[in-house]
Amino acid sequence: MTDRYRETFRDEAGEILCELETALLELEVSPGDGEAIGRVFRALHTIKGSGAMSGFDEVANFTHEVETVYELVRCGRLPVSRELINLTLSARDRIKALIESGGEIDDARTKDIIAAFRQYLPEEQGDALSIPSDCRDITYHIHFRPPADIFLRGINPLALLKELAELGQCRITTRTEAIPALEEIDPELCHLWWEIVLTTTHGMDAIRDVFIFVEEDCELRIEAAGQGEERDRTDVGIRTPDQEPSAPDTVSSVRVRSEKLDSLVDLIGELVTVQARLAQLASARADVELDGVSEVVERLTWELRDQVLNIRMLPIGTTFSRFGRLVRDLGEELGKDVVLSTEGAETELDKTVIERLSDPLVHLIRNCIDHGIEPPAVRQVAGKPPKGRIHLAARHSGAQVMIEVRDDGSGIDLDLVRNKAIAMGLVGAEADLNDKELYGLLFHSGLSTAASVSSVSGRGVGMDVVKRAIDELCGGIDIFSRPGEGTTFTLKLPLTLAIIDGLLVKISGDFFLFPLSAVEECIELHKTDAEKAHGSNLVTVRGEILPYIRLREQFTIAGKPPKIEQVVLTEADGQRVGFVVDEVVGEHQAVIKALGRMYRDVRGLSGATVLGDGSVALILDLPQLVQIEESLAS
Amino acid sequence: MSRKIMTVDDSATVRQMLSFTLQDAGFEVIEATDGVDALEKLKSESIQMLITDLNMPQMDGIELIREVRKTPGNRFVPIIMLTTESNEQKRQAGKSAGASGWIVKPFKPEQLLRVVKMVLV
Repeated sequence: MTDRYRETFRDEAGEILCELETALLELEVSPGDGEAIGRVFRALHTIKGSGAMSGFDEVANFTHEVETVYELVRCGRLPVSRELINLTLSARDRIKALIESGGEIDDARTKDIIAAFRQYLPEEQGDALSIPSDCRDITYHIHFRPPADIFLRGINPLALLKELAELGQCRITTRTEAIPALEEIDPELCHLWWEIVLTTTHGMDAIRDVFIFVEEDCELRIEAAGQGEERDRTDVGIRTPDQEPSAPDTVSSVRVRSEKLDSLVDLIGELVTVQARLAQLASARADVELDGVSEVVERLTWELRDQVLNIRMLPIGTTFSRFGRLVRDLGEELGKDVVLSTEGAETELDKTVIERLSDPLVHLIRNCIDHGIEPPAVRQVAGKPPKGRIHLAARHSGAQVMIEVRDDGSGIDLDLVRNKAIAMGLVGAEADLNDKELYGLLFHSGLSTAASVSSVSGRGVGMDVVKRAIDELCGGIDIFSRPGEGTTFTLKLPLTLAIIDGLLVKISGDFFLFPLSAVEECIELHKTDAEKAHGSNLVTVRGEILPYIRLREQFTIAGKPPKIEQVVLTEADGQRVGFVVDEVVGEHQAVIKALGRMYRDVRGLSGATVLGDGSVALILDLPQLVQIEESLAS
Repeated sequence: MSRKIMTVDDSATVRQMLSFTLQDAGFEVIEATDGVDALEKLKSESIQMLITDLNMPQMDGIELIREVRKTPGNRFVPIIMLTTESNEQKRQAGKSAGASGWIVKPFKPEQLLRVVKMVLV
């Protein structure tokens, strides 16, 4: 039991610590912001309270010290300073470490931090700080069981509960165990009793006052939460109100392990497949009744699919808020003054996408700070504000999410990129590259335009990693830069990884699926045209000459191609490439299945999906196919 | 529907103070001078609450409470007693007679209203 609470607390503390960090950074920008102070205080308070209740005494004790200082801040008796923010940030990291280590951690540092916090306390108070009672929220557990004959004294417990609710945030649980069977009920007696969790700034006395007329005759226990014996009683199912996620208008929610959701999504995938089969069967039978049923099943299935996928959607804001700290710390380390602004934090994305997006974004932000943003002095000479700005923005765009990382730094010097690439032998000295292709070079491993290697970047690792991560997410990345004005990286990501829109094609009876987001158009390829090109695998589309890849050859599929083949034109890595297939079947919503251990490393394929008739279509990994072809050619 | 409170006290000053305060708070007030008067008036009035002094001529507060609790319509009505001294014995007697709560005299209007709120749903 305790372990489960500990785990819940760990989960929850993670969120609260994030919130704490965000609030602290906001507080740093506007030190007088009462709302931010309140948020910092609430976060500390919650960690202390739930920590103590879940057996994290060390965390609770440590947090208490920090909270004590913030009580002074909240009452306006201590101003917010940069030093205090710094100290609190390190305390926040310490709390995190304490939680993760389960308390077994050398405590010299903990003591240092505590000592530093105590410096802020006025002399006479020392560590036993007495707080003016009107500025302190305390959570009480109240057990109230009135005598059965309470009504006969003209007292209605409802009035007391209402009175109690006026003291503060109050959650009342009615206990109904004592109600006898219907035939034995005496309606003039009170069979109910109550467990109440009350968070209030009024003290214990105010609570006692409410019960003054009944106190002598009823069972009444009032305990401040977080005290020793309280811990055993949490299994009554009581949660203090401020254990809820700190959003002010929280909707009631259930915490579910993400694996459960994943298996639910898998099941939906199966269902979608079966439904497609049913639909196919129904249309083959030409049975009106069966058709009707099949249509209803289809509608329900899609609805269910959307709902379930929706559950896995999370706002990207949690990831964004983590970067505030990163930007601040990196800026400090590199002697640059940088602020982060965000936009569209409420944009929702599949949980897995968000998780796998974090690292690439960190890389990009590091790059912006290290390469992009200039030191304050340089910026002033260039007539820019000394404070650099990094802007993170997310927004929906059809079935995709666009994420922008924009800095107002020096921009990318394309000539430098070109020279570097030539020096490294990536391109020939006389190669005529357009801007897009030059930007593309940045994603080559080993290429860095940083003049010197720093601990942050300059080794040329990073951008290729970013590229790979984004590719794995079936997304794309664009760079736009203007020298002297800044650089914008735009990430294009699918909303979810579980289901994609695809274009189904056929080669000799085998099905393949193109991610629809990469497909630009389909054109016909006549045998005679192909022969005229003398095996150069090039096709002219509206005056533009484009290379194509014969999938039949790449996958060594036996059989003869039809007279008229189809070329699916795609855009990958800023390059337009065609893929030759026998037949284009049409659009298809595909539930992605992993290929399994045996085929996981097959290059050129990213997964598979099951079609309505039970046959399998392989999902093509276009950038990889292009790479394979390029390496074959060279 | 305005809610009716009956006040029982032999002192006109106290009755007036009670009436002013309760009427200001939106209650309808019926005044009675002692237990007998109160019981008589209760025959024709239905009330939501009773506030009574303990020391009164003719029929004292404790007696009144006991009698009121016997009348069918008032078995569950909140009854507040006014005690001049915080006399523990009197208070216990009142409670066992069926009083819901008490106020120690002298009291301020806000104290009275707070107690009313505590027993009146």
